Amino acid sequence: MEPTQASHQQTIATDGFRLHPEDEAAIREEAGHYEQPQAACIEALKTVQRRHGWVPDDAIPAIARVLGVGPASVEGVATFYSLIFRQPVGRHVILVCDSSSCFLTGYDALRQVLSERLGIGLGETTADDRFTLLPGCCLGACDGGPAMMIGDDVYGPVTGEDLPGILEAYP
Amino acid sequence: MNSQRQSSSYRSRILQPASERQPKSHPLTWRLRDDGQVVDLQDYEAKEGYVALRQVLEAGDPQAVIATMKEANVRGRGGAGFSAGLKWSLTMQGPDMPRGYIVCNADEMEPGTFKDRLLMEQQPHLLIEGMVLAAFANNARYGYIFLRGEYVESARVLAQALDEARQAGWLGSDIAGSGFDFDIALHTGAGRYICGEETALLNSLEGNRANPRAKPPFPGQSGAWGKPTVVNNVETLCNVPAVMLRGADWYQGLSGGRTEDGGTKLYGASGLVNRPGLWELPIGTTGREILDLAGGLRDGRQLKAWLPGGASTGFLLPDHLDLPLDFDTVGQEGSRLGTGLITVVTEEQSMVSLMRNLEEFFARESCGWCTPCRDGLPWAVRLLRALEQGEGQPGDIELLDKLAADCGPGLTFCAHAPGAAMPLQTALQHFRHEFEQGVQRPKGEAHADPIPVGEV
Repeated sequence: MEPTQASHQQTIATDGFRLHPEDEAAIREEAGHYEQPQAACIEALKTVQRRHGWVPDDAIPAIARVLGVGPASVEGVATFYSLIFRQPVGRHVILVCDSSSCFLTGYDALRQVLSERLGIGLGETTADDRFTLLPGCCLGACDGGPAMMIGDDVYGPVTGEDLPGILEAYP
Repeated sequence: MNSQRQSSSYRSRILQPASERQPKSHPLTWRLRDDGQVVDLQDYEAKEGYVALRQVLEAGDPQAVIATMKEANVRGRGGAGFSAGLKWSLTMQGPDMPRGYIVCNADEMEPGTFKDRLLMEQQPHLLIEGMVLAAFANNARYGYIFLRGEYVESARVLAQALDEARQAGWLGSDIAGSGFDFDIALHTGAGRYICGEETALLNSLEGNRANPRAKPPFPGQSGAWGKPTVVNNVETLCNVPAVMLRGADWYQGLSGGRTEDGGTKLYGASGLVNRPGLWELPIGTTGREILDLAGGLRDGRQLKAWLPGGASTGFLLPDHLDLPLDFDTVGQEGSRLGTGLITVVTEEQSMVSLMRNLEEFFARESCGWCTPCRDGLPWAVRLLRALEQGEGQPGDIELLDKLAADCGPGLTFCAHAPGAAMPLQTALQHFRHEFEQGVQRPKGEAHADPIPVGEV
């Protein structure tokens, strides 16, 4: 999803994205917590993502303008961090922990059951836009492995039996 | 359905009941409640909270704080084990120096590690008090808690505690009438393990890609925005109030002669053990004691190997279970104490598959800045995948040896690649036969299911 130079120029020219005034205010306030406004870059991307679910290309120059930095700086950050989504995701993002403790306690089976139930693989979104399934770095819930997050909620240990009940809570 | 949902919601917890956790023996956890609810400001103040800070501010001697920390020899609990007091003594201070920053490294992402989460979710004021004390000692004017983005509950609890502390006058201007000004902001991240490396963390804090910085200059000389900056782990900072209150000798004595290191440690165990969890124990507790607390291995399984403190530490063997788990002893055995949370590998779990998983992690999380790490780790992954499938070529294992050696300390920009090399080197050393089995299998011969699929 890294835009090419050409698409960037097009983005700035078309300027198809307007920051929500509340978001712009929140970003400006956040920028005040630091010596340099660039430090609010990640929070700005997360602010846009909270409203839209992901960060569209056109949001990059808009954020850059608020922070007073070049769009390339924002793009560089937006493409580095794994929890900034640069393509649309489902209403609920599932992060399945694939790190060592969960790997040793049943990650493979959990991922397989999730894939079968949702009909998607890692990195994919269900056709009804309900769930996106992503691999996650150690969630710090190793005493509850295998673990996963759905949205802000952490689950673990997750058994195949629990899974339908857990998923049901996310319409 | 409801009960199933509740039963699988994850909650951070300590496995020792409150009756076993006492102020003089469990400085990190004695205040934690059995019901797992947050120790709020009122509760914290009723349990010696902010007493150390008040005393230190009244005494008004920052250098004395640093001297006590050095004498106590509080070693960095993020994994490196560097003396916090020594680090503080190297922070640039003086009339010509600008006041700098205290940054709490709360980017807990080391696979197998779940300790800082407990401290932040249930006892946020201990961390805040530790940070104000660190700020006073290091003449910092502002603090940041760099929290990983996935720790949503920690963020909620910390934000509330910061408000409480501000309203009570423990943060802000003229703290407790001392004339000392200091405040803390919560900074949440958006993924990437490399953010836990202290100079990458500073780049991330400043809103850049989390590439590490060259050292020197060290953060204490030139850190966030070029100002003197102290970066300490959550557990390290949480030790500071008790050290100030009870002194260096008391802290040293906590290990009870098990080791030269002082204090307690949040130890833990995960993997196929009966009671995975966390305990606050004297530093120098052995792996065997921790596995006993964890109720041993599940279903009569046998221990094959263990990581003493996360994915970036070297594998130890059952023979090592009676060693005191302190920084120097574990270091002498070719591993590192790391975060002190044990990951258990059982006899039937394949070291080749586990190594493939570990190197996939390190390859994915590499920031891509320097060559051995960016190109070497994915190469190791390809070789390990082939070996796992029984499709390795002659020479692959020697190539893995070389890749691991080329990622060793001093050959890369930061500690990420050496962290990836250490488990690989120790796995190749102790379990070479398992890797050799992956070479030159006749085509089509299936590899036995390498990792039991667990309980799912």
